[in-house]
Amino acid sequence: MESARSVFSRDEEAGRRRVMAGFGPATVGSHNDHASQHGSTLARLRRDIGRLEGDGLSFGGEGPPRVALGHDEADATLQGGLLRGALHEVFASGAQAANATGFIAGLASRVAARRPLIWVRQDFSERENGQLAMSGWCELGLDPRAVVTVRAPDIEAALQITADALACDALGAVVTEIWGETRYVDLVASRKLTLAARGSGVASLMLRIAASPSPSTAETRWVVRAARSPPRSSWQGWGAPVFDAQLVRNRHGQTGQWIMEWNCDECLFRDALFGGPATHPQPVAAAPADRSHQAANVMYQRRAG
Amino acid sequence: MSCTSGAQVDETPCIVVAKDHNALVISALNDAATRLGFEPGLPLANARAICPDIAVFDADDVADAQTLNAIADWCDRFTPLVALDPPHGLLLDISGCAHLFGGEAAMLKTICDALRRQGFVVSAAIAGTAICARTLTRGRSGCVVAEGQEAAAVTALPVFTLGADDAITRGLRRAGLKTIGDVAARGRHEIAARFGAEFVALLEQALGARDAPISPRKPLPDYIAERRFADPVATDTVIVATLSRLAQTLIASMNRDGKGARRLEASFFRTDGAVRTIGVETGLPVTRGDIIDRLFRERLDALADPLDPGFGFDLIRLAASRTDDVVAAQRDLDAHVHDSDEVAALIDRIAARIGGSRIVVHLPQDTHIPERAMLAVPAQHHVAAATVAAWPARTEAEPPLRPLRLFAQPEPVEVLADFPHGPPAAFRWRRAFHRLALIEGPERIAMEWWRLGDRDDLTRDYFRAEDSDGARFWLYREGIHRREVVSFRWFLHGLFA
Repeated sequence: MESARSVFSRDEEAGRRRVMAGFGPATVGSHNDHASQHGSTLARLRRDIGRLEGDGLSFGGEGPPRVALGHDEADATLQGGLLRGALHEVFASGAQAANATGFIAGLASRVAARRPLIWVRQDFSERENGQLAMSGWCELGLDPRAVVTVRAPDIEAALQITADALACDALGAVVTEIWGETRYVDLVASRKLTLAARGSGVASLMLRIAASPSPSTAETRWVVRAARSPPRSSWQGWGAPVFDAQLVRNRHGQTGQWIMEWNCDECLFRDALFGGPATHPQPVAAAPADRSHQAANVMYQRRAG
Repeated sequence: MSCTSGAQVDETPCIVVAKDHNALVISALNDAATRLGFEPGLPLANARAICPDIAVFDADDVADAQTLNAIADWCDRFTPLVALDPPHGLLLDISGCAHLFGGEAAMLKTICDALRRQGFVVSAAIAGTAICARTLTRGRSGCVVAEGQEAAAVTALPVFTLGADDAITRGLRRAGLKTIGDVAARGRHEIAARFGAEFVALLEQALGARDAPISPRKPLPDYIAERRFADPVATDTVIVATLSRLAQTLIASMNRDGKGARRLEASFFRTDGAVRTIGVETGLPVTRGDIIDRLFRERLDALADPLDPGFGFDLIRLAASRTDDVVAAQRDLDAHVHDSDEVAALIDRIAARIGGSRIVVHLPQDTHIPERAMLAVPAQHHVAAATVAAWPARTEAEPPLRPLRLFAQPEPVEVLADFPHGPPAAFRWRRAFHRLALIEGPERIAMEWWRLGDRDDLTRDYFRAEDSDGARFWLYREGIHRREVVSFRWFLHGLFA
């Protein structure tokens, strides 16, 4: 009885009292038992939480759970690549819409791996930022034959169709393009998409143009803007698309920021400075002596066509 | 048929007038007006002189046609073959339908009673040929002519009931041929010489000697399943359950013939006569009831103006208006085929929800005009063609030459160029100023002069440009300097990734 009471008091208070109560062997033994039980409970809870949150290893569909982007540092931060069967968000300001479109097209093609891709676009976004041009899609090294475009009249319909499409495990990815701030994309909506994606193993990619990041259940969240082309010799104009991609949320790891380049030939992301100089020097052409007012912004021009 | 709107109007003489040869003449009238001695064709001025306090309405042909169409919709519940006989008639082909309504006489009574309850004045008849039945309705209402008795039934009727041109009717009367019997007694060649072969054909059809099919408003569906309710139903659950049972019936009968439905129509007949038809289309022939269920559930959920049962539906019909042969394929060993079926089913569901034109795939076009290079076509019908389309291959190791996002309508921009026909140095688009750091171009794209609409369009010089922040644009200027234009207009056509 005495020992039981001492154990009780020790649990309530900490430190010095514990030493004082350590008289009988029964007391010490019970303390150890309790500690190990405590530890195993924690481990079990951790496991449960891990299972509930989805560690990416237990969902339907075939193929590897994570798909490498190709950019080494980003892949390391993402612990192997982008998780299939999860919701990923890409945010961009209105002026960066095309760049973010390119980024999410790259993500989608990496994740989809030649399986059909459904691109759900809100009508307003088409009016604001133009339609998706398949000739440009080809130029990025992607396959336009796998793309099915849905023109959703409004955000509600777009989300509804996305949830429907995510249930179909024959797809590779579902991209949802939504313009502007909205109250429809909240925790409930993103949870619905996350669950649907996890159930089928289809990646749900959400492109939010002219919107700022808001709480959601997304696996990763990116903020993308265009980066300047790495300098080249003057007869070359620009190169492949370059993204300043900022990973602002990662459920299972660190965040980070990288300048990535989409390699159109290999269809993967690369470090933009791959093989090039480590910094962006400013244009190196000599300032024209007779037109000094233009020296600040010397333009490269490549004649073509 | 004429519509009377209430007992109060019935008491006063009412006439409907239409303009004929610059004079207002009576085109329709009610019983009270008939008792005053009016008849169609009488000028309005004469009618006013006879009876100053008559109610006069203007004829509205469009509204008449709409009413006739609505009645035809309602008649769909008796037979799928309903033809319009403007301006006031409907022809129903009831071959094989009459027994469902207790025989021909009972059916005729049901139709007439229901229409009279709705306020129409009806005259109807059943006969072996459509023209014979029409002729009879102008004589007396409600007669059912047995097979082979057509000639006897119409003999005594006056010639105008045939419904021939006024000139022919007048000519017959002048020739002293008052009744159809008189005309029929003459030799056919005499009639044909005087009034034309068409009139002879009409006469023979009225006499039952010759028959011509009616031309129904809607094509006959391949398969129909329907359910009638003694008590009208109005709840969603019953409607959905009924559709599901009808789908099973429909599928069973299609399966026997190895067919699958490509287009399905559900018609809901309301007790007050309104009919609502809702259609869904599918990319692949449907052979399973649960898919039909799901498609209709999507469609009904997404209706902008939901199904209004009013006082309830007394008939729900499901028809497969287009069907295709189903090729039973071995699926188990080829997972890829199975996948494409799943995608096709998903496309059907989305199309049922938001409309088939909103879900598209793209086909390449053989043109170098950027906005025409791809053609968006409904995914339901072209998904197979799109998966094997041959897109132009990109050049290896080249940066993208075409933008990822293209504006349907190129947006005008203000451009600053160093010299008039030089490349742009900076431009303003949507009130934002972009200073350009990299320029590629020009790439000249001439319009297709051999196309009629393009002949006056100007040549475009395209520039790929990157601004100081890294955003990439596809700009073009319209026209060739000094050959086509003096000063350029600049447009932004697309955005690169």
